[in-house]
Amino acid sequence: MRTSHHIPDEMLLAYAAGSAPEAWSLIVATHLSLCSDCRAVVGNTEQIGGELLDSLTPETLSEDAFDLLMREIDSQAGKQELPKAPSTQIPSVLPEPLRSYVGGDLHALKWRRLGKGAFHIPIATKDQSAQARLLKVPAGNPVPMHGHNGEELTLVLTGSFTTHQGKFQRGDIEAADDSVEHMPVAGPEEDCICLAVTDAPLKFKSLGARLVQPFIGI
Amino acid sequence: MNLKREIKLSPAAPSYLALVVNNMHAHAGQGGLEQSMAKSGEDAFSADDLVLCLQAVGARQDRAAFRVLFDHFAPRIKAYIIKLGCSHQQAEELAQETMTKVWNKAGQFDAAKAAPSTWMFRIARNLRIDAFRRENHPEFDQNDPSLIPAEERPADQVVEQKQSERQLLAAMAELPEEQMHLLRLSFFQDMSHGAIADHLNIPLGTVKSRLRLAMVKLRKKIDDNDQMQADGLSR
Repeated sequence: MRTSHHIPDEMLLAYAAGSAPEAWSLIVATHLSLCSDCRAVVGNTEQIGGELLDSLTPETLSEDAFDLLMREIDSQAGKQELPKAPSTQIPSVLPEPLRSYVGGDLHALKWRRLGKGAFHIPIATKDQSAQARLLKVPAGNPVPMHGHNGEELTLVLTGSFTTHQGKFQRGDIEAADDSVEHMPVAGPEEDCICLAVTDAPLKFKSLGARLVQPFIGI
Repeated sequence: MNLKREIKLSPAAPSYLALVVNNMHAHAGQGGLEQSMAKSGEDAFSADDLVLCLQAVGARQDRAAFRVLFDHFAPRIKAYIIKLGCSHQQAEELAQETMTKVWNKAGQFDAAKAAPSTWMFRIARNLRIDAFRRENHPEFDQNDPSLIPAEERPADQVVEQKQSERQLLAAMAELPEEQMHLLRLSFFQDMSHGAIADHLNIPLGTVKSRLRLAMVKLRKKIDDNDQMQADGLSR
């Protein structure tokens, strides 16, 4: 099935340019595994990067730069890099690079309870500015009504969810910012597992959800 | 320059490119190729030549071909890193590191998928993210069995890599300066869109909408050209 909700263009640009922090890059790259349209856009954007690189006024290097480099290369001879074989031969639910970040496919995951039947797994990156996590919402359940203090991208991996903006299925991206208040509801077919990245805590409407927020760090 | 034609006539001859390249070095005189290029203000090598050089390094670790790549790219990669705010020394170290990677990975270069400059840009970008932000640049894996492949296009609609480069250059040339400027900031300043907005003293929403506009234009232009080419071929 073809993905119908994509990463916003300016985020694809930030990814290709290398200015997007790691947590955002993780969700972009995972979406790219599932969406050839966005892969093509990133390819074109990296080509822009190549053209811009080519158009720069060259800086002079030290005179012995090439000789130094060849000496370095000779001293590490035999270090030809071959393409890495994929870690699995069968299609997994979690595509790369997400699978490597969480240490395996679904069966390897250790979910933490979030309340109301929902679970999550925070994903470690070296990026302090945004948090990536896997979320699991039971089939048919809603996520409590919430707004956003910053930006949020959510990528569906299993099942589906619906908001006022429509239905989101495997590979789809939902983009929300501080203008968006929503209550996503997981589809009835199976538990909905998503990768979500946020750069600020969510704003829950209900007191109950707000009270537990500091303890679960969402 | 007849280098291109000569190489095309005998693409399989292993030492031929090296011979030609060495000749060019000799012609460039004592100042070396790099200086002669700087003097003339333009490159002695076309994108096709750079593809052949990368392939020569990949296939047989051809040092003369690698020298050509080094002379063309290392000074530009150094310039790229300096633009991102690093010292000359750091920039030179990273340029060297990038070229070491190029030597080690040249066998993976696929001319059907990327231009040499695009391929070099990716390597330099990932190294500088690693070096200066101590972060990874997560990437999809082309060989991952979970990857959803692109829908096959009919053979007459497949756009060649070279064609796509020309289309992109044409599309970039038509972008308004205001949008080009934002693109350059995105690539060369390592700034978030919020930081760009502060830097230019314009609202974040404006930065995003201008960048989106630029991307839509680039996309549309490339799609239109694809379509025109496909129409032309099918007639």
